Amino acid sequence: MMAALILVVSLITLMMFFVSYCRSLMASCADHTVSHEVRDVTGIAASARSTDFARVRQLLHLCPERPDDRSGLQAVELYYGILGLLENTVARLLPSVHFWTEQERAGCANFAVVLLDRRIAFSREILAQQDEF
Amino acid sequence: MSGSVASFIWYLGTALELAFVVCSIARKSFVRYLFLNVYFLLTVSSSLARQFTLSRFGLESVEYRYAYFYTDALLTLALYVALISLYAHVFGELRFGKYLRLIAVLLLLGTALFSYAVVAQSADRLSTDFAYELSQNLYFVGLVLTYILWGAVLKLRETRTRLVQFVLSLGLYFSAYAASYALLNLASGYSAVYIIGPVLGCFLPLSWTITMWRHSEETRLVPAQLVAVPR
Repeated sequence: MMAALILVVSLITLMMFFVSYCRSLMASCADHTVSHEVRDVTGIAASARSTDFARVRQLLHLCPERPDDRSGLQAVELYYGILGLLENTVARLLPSVHFWTEQERAGCANFAVVLLDRRIAFSREILAQQDEF
Repeated sequence: MSGSVASFIWYLGTALELAFVVCSIARKSFVRYLFLNVYFLLTVSSSLARQFTLSRFGLESVEYRYAYFYTDALLTLALYVALISLYAHVFGELRFGKYLRLIAVLLLLGTALFSYAVVAQSADRLSTDFAYELSQNLYFVGLVLTYILWGAVLKLRETRTRLVQFVLSLGLYFSAYAASYALLNLASGYSAVYIIGPVLGCFLPLSWTITMWRHSEETRLVPAQLVAVPR
C-alpha cells in the first residue's frame, strides 16, 4: 500500500518536473529569431500552430543533425505525444484543458521551427567549410 | 540483469560522469559548480572501489556489502550537498547563505538521527542497515528539497537557463528514482524493474552534461514561460 502511494506521488512529481523541463527547453529558444527562408519553407508566417509540429518534424529529419539538440527534440517529441493523448481524452470533456494543450502543442511546434532554423544554419556552415577545402 | 548489460550501463554511466567534469572544466565552470563536480568525481571513485571489492572478494562477501552500502550513503550525502549548493546559487543574492547552511546541517542531523532510531532495534547488522536507511531517507529529503527549490525558482523568477535545467534534471532524477524504488517493492518478480535504477543513474550526468555544454552561464530564459498554467 505504502509502495503504491509512493509510486503514485513520485509519478506525479516526475510528470510535473518533465513538463517544466520541456517548457524550459522551449523557453530557452524563445528569443531566437527565425529566418525568412525557414518561414517560407514551413509556410509559418508569425507563430506556429499545434498541427504544424508533425510537418516541421518531417523537415527536421531531412537536415543533418546537430549533436547538441537531439536529446532536447526527443524530450519535446515525447511531451507532444503526451499532450496529444490528453487532447484525445480529457480535453474532449474539458474545454480549458483543450485550450491549454493547444497552447502547449503550439509551443512544441515553435521549438521545432527554431531547431529547423538552427539545423539549416549548421548545414550551411558545413557546406561553407567544405568549399574552403 | 545479465553481466554484459550491467557492464555496459556501468561504463556508460562512468563515461557520462567524467564527461560532465571535463565539460565543466572546458566551459570554465568547475569552481562555480564545484559540488556537482565533486559529486561526480566521488561517483567515479566509488564505482572503481566497488569494482575492486567485487573482483577481489566476490558478490556475497561482507567486504563488498560494506563497500556497497557505505559508498552509497557517501554518494547520497554528496548529492545532498550538491543540492544545497544549488540552493546557494538560487538564494545567493538574498544573502542568507549562513542560515541556509545551518538549516541544511540541522536537516541532515535530523535525518541521520531518524535513520538511527529506525535501525537501532536490530543490533546484528546495525552499521550496514544504518547506511541503507540513511541513504533511503536522504533520497526522500532530497526529493522534497528539490520540489521546494523548484518552487523558489518559480517564485524568484530565476532566469539562468543552466541553473533552471540543473534543478529540473535533479527533480526528474529524484522522482524517477523514488518511482523505481516503489516499483521494485511492488513488482520484484519482474527482472525488467532491476534495470531501471542503473539506467536512471545515467540520466543525471547526461542531462547535466548537455546543459553544461549547450548553455553558457550568461544564457537566460523567460521565467513566465516555465509556468505550466499561463499567467
